[in-house]
Amino acid sequence: MARMKFLCDAERCIECNGCVTACKNENEVPWGVNRRRVVTINDGVVGAEKSISVACMHCSDAPCMAVCPVDCFYKTEDGVVLHDKDLCIGCGYCFYACPFGAPQFPQAGAFGLRGKMDKCTFCAGGPEADRTEAEFKKYGRNRLAEGKLPACAEMCSTKALLGGDGDVIADIYRERVLRRGKGSEVWGWGTAYGPGKAGAQPPAGGKS
Amino acid sequence: MNRAALGAAVIAAAFLAAGCGEAQQVTVYKQGKYQGKPDTQAWNNAPPAAELRGSAWNKGDRSSWETAINQRAMGQNEDNRIYKQ
Repeated sequence: MARMKFLCDAERCIECNGCVTACKNENEVPWGVNRRRVVTINDGVVGAEKSISVACMHCSDAPCMAVCPVDCFYKTEDGVVLHDKDLCIGCGYCFYACPFGAPQFPQAGAFGLRGKMDKCTFCAGGPEADRTEAEFKKYGRNRLAEGKLPACAEMCSTKALLGGDGDVIADIYRERVLRRGKGSEVWGWGTAYGPGKAGAQPPAGGKS
Repeated sequence: MNRAALGAAVIAAAFLAAGCGEAQQVTVYKQGKYQGKPDTQAWNNAPPAAELRGSAWNKGDRSSWETAINQRAMGQNEDNRIYKQ
């Protein structure tokens, strides 16, 4: 059973913001809303600077779903967290609950009115009928219903950002880490090297 | 007294049994809806026209859709192109 996930390889991300642009273009995201953004870690520290592309991580136990007072969120069978904009009241609780700052709120009008929440949909649209104009206007393109992966991951120039079934992208990442000999500390020993032999210990400094 | 103790024991047993319950971890799709919100499963759409460059699968067949999407995901592994040809 597929569980759709994103995985960003910090060793490869060059902060080109191609993923941000691809997302905005594919989904026609309005001004002021960034469903995806690139974050720089250790900014300015020579040799330690890394960039990572962040959007909704489609949590298995999503805090936004837990706090929503109108219960507008839902999770699909392939593990994508989506929401119904017809139910959303724009209260902003999900923004406070999300550890990644994924929920975004369009500002409109002279008094800074907060619109309905907008976030990454893993290019899976929303409750409206798939691949319709109504769905596109509210949630953007439904690429999963076209048999495609999210535009950000497919457009990534260095293939730092991987999107798809968690098992498949973990396999890709593991292969890379084994080849280049580093990177396991970012996503953990299990993701990078797999389960391995029983009783095997990860190296010092590596996360389990 | 015995009745009160028995009643308390039954209530306590009910609470203890409730602790053994497990929350559903897998999302279940019912009558076109996910958790009360209407949506269609991705594999219940017809594959797009060839010029849209989507994957091909059999409408309604989840496993064929998953195979197609996983095959597409492997396109992100450029090691296949660089080292395995």
